[in-house]
Amino acid sequence: MRLELEKRPERSTLMALLSPVIAIALTLVTGAVLFAALGQNPAVALYMFFIDPLTASWSLQELVVKATPLILIGVGLAVCFLSNTWNIGAEGQFTAGALAGSMLPILLPGFESFLTLPLMLLMGIAGGMLWGGIPAFLKVRFGTNEILTSLMLVYISQLLLDWLVRGPWRDPEGFNFPESRVFSDAATLPALADGRMHVGAIFAVIAVLALSVVLLKTLKGFEIRVLGQAPRAGRFAGFSRNKIIVFAFLLSGGLAGLAGISEVSGSVNQLTPVISPGYGFTAIIVAFLGRLNPIGIFFSGFLLALSYLGGEAAQVTLGISDKTTRVFQGLLLFYVLACDTLILYRIRFTRPGVSAKGA
Amino acid sequence: MGAFESILLTVITAATPLLLAAIGELVVERSGVLNLGVEGMMIVGAVMGFAGAQATGSPYLGAVFALLSGMGMALLFGFLTLHLVANQVATGLALTLLGLGLSGMIGEAFVGQPGIRLTGIEIPVLSDLPLVGRLLFGQDVLVYLSLALVAGVSYVLFRTRAGLIIRAVGDNHASAHALGVSVLKVRYLAVLFGGACAGLAGGYLSLVYTPQWVEGMTAGRGWIALALVVFATWRPLRVLAGAYLFGAVGILQFHAQAHGVAIPSQFMSALPYVATIAVLVIISRNRILTRVNTPACLGRPFVPDR
Repeated sequence: MRLELEKRPERSTLMALLSPVIAIALTLVTGAVLFAALGQNPAVALYMFFIDPLTASWSLQELVVKATPLILIGVGLAVCFLSNTWNIGAEGQFTAGALAGSMLPILLPGFESFLTLPLMLLMGIAGGMLWGGIPAFLKVRFGTNEILTSLMLVYISQLLLDWLVRGPWRDPEGFNFPESRVFSDAATLPALADGRMHVGAIFAVIAVLALSVVLLKTLKGFEIRVLGQAPRAGRFAGFSRNKIIVFAFLLSGGLAGLAGISEVSGSVNQLTPVISPGYGFTAIIVAFLGRLNPIGIFFSGFLLALSYLGGEAAQVTLGISDKTTRVFQGLLLFYVLACDTLILYRIRFTRPGVSAKGA
Repeated sequence: MGAFESILLTVITAATPLLLAAIGELVVERSGVLNLGVEGMMIVGAVMGFAGAQATGSPYLGAVFALLSGMGMALLFGFLTLHLVANQVATGLALTLLGLGLSGMIGEAFVGQPGIRLTGIEIPVLSDLPLVGRLLFGQDVLVYLSLALVAGVSYVLFRTRAGLIIRAVGDNHASAHALGVSVLKVRYLAVLFGGACAGLAGGYLSLVYTPQWVEGMTAGRGWIALALVVFATWRPLRVLAGAYLFGAVGILQFHAQAHGVAIPSQFMSALPYVATIAVLVIISRNRILTRVNTPACLGRPFVPDR
């Protein structure tokens, strides 16, 4: 028996809606098998992983805290991927944004005013845009592959952060721990309600709404999609490929930078050698699972945030390694990509030698 | 042992994993497939190589484990991109993310355990020659294998009918299909070869370079290997030159530290990544060189119509 693809006459709207659902279901089934192989009761393990974190108020807040950067970065990446621009260095832009925004509370700790936070956020956005602007510039000016340059910049930004918190930015009163000084209240993003949830969540909601409008209702959104799907048609329409590359990188870089400074200022409150459990990479999965649609990304952001929480919960209660989180995340992206085939193709199984259409 | 000799020895050790991974990816890309999952296949190769050596007691069997696990990952990639025509860039990323996750989970039990080193060969008399003895006749098998692969890939790609078919599939899959070549079969074989090489490259890290398991120990080498293929404009001999160049850049930090150069270690660690960006810019500025050599169907999916 062999597998053959038959092109559908038009893309299937039903499958476009169903494919993420099928992918999630397949991931859960694989997860159950995986847990059984690890000697766990699959039902209990899946409950601990995906339901238990939703049953307490504090963990629901934590869910929002983790979904915030994923959604902020994810909607930016959606613009990139829609326009066929491959920014995979959002993790670096996140770090660069966190560094740029933290300059203020670390280098000028005495500067405490109502301007402190807005300035920090703007600097964070600028830092992310700068870091995202480098691969865009190199791509437009020299034709350098943006996938590889944006990724290399991730490593460079992380080493820069490591150097800063162990060297010049180390807290002078921190007993030599590799940490920056703790931010003052004026440099801390206000909490929503009383808990860990912070104002960054509102930024994420605004980003989702704004990009929904831009992508669906404006000429810019049309330009992005045309250049992504039919570059030649886009050229004839007078759209500039180079301009859209720069736009996509600056936008996604800025949003990742905003996510970075929001996370540091709202959640961690200081710089440490590691400030992200891979949000920038997980956001790639968020973007694809959300079908590159801001509203979809909003929901998928929560699902992947849940996978982080579930990993922690399962480690504490069941002694399952929290590394399973990243296996789940990787599997999920695989299944999403596989299921997306169903949107454009029907899958047939045929016997070798017997042609589908009787050639 | 002189300082110069010891530097050359470490360059070889640092260059070999890059060379193995890059020469495999070169064949994959020559067949028109862009597999960005090298890092993922490599890290799974690293952990499975370590695990295999622990389980069997033999580093050679460990290397075989590494090779096979790389192929397993590549098969997954092949199924998605070739059979299900999933987007190659996204699937490559998925492969990397999955590989990093899987390796972390598998390797958790091995953290801190001493590994088994795959040692260099000993040829009586020759290995003991002054100066060149250890350099030329005392390396481990995988170093010789990597060099043989360069020669082999170079010969097959440009001197044999099989190589012509691979390049035809990579440059114009529609024509190759019309001539009766099974595009998917050729690409599957190329992808599997790339996976075997990347797995072996990972195994080299955990069996020779630093014989232990550390999470994320590939540290972007898979991505650098991808950049090397571009840098080499899809030519095997230039991959060889590039891998040794980057091997040298990679070990610079250790020798700089040993000689008391007062530069923060993070800056030295960042050098390979900065260098990668630099060479990519330099090579891509020459657009003609890049365009002439880039496989024309690179990254483009193929659905056979029957």
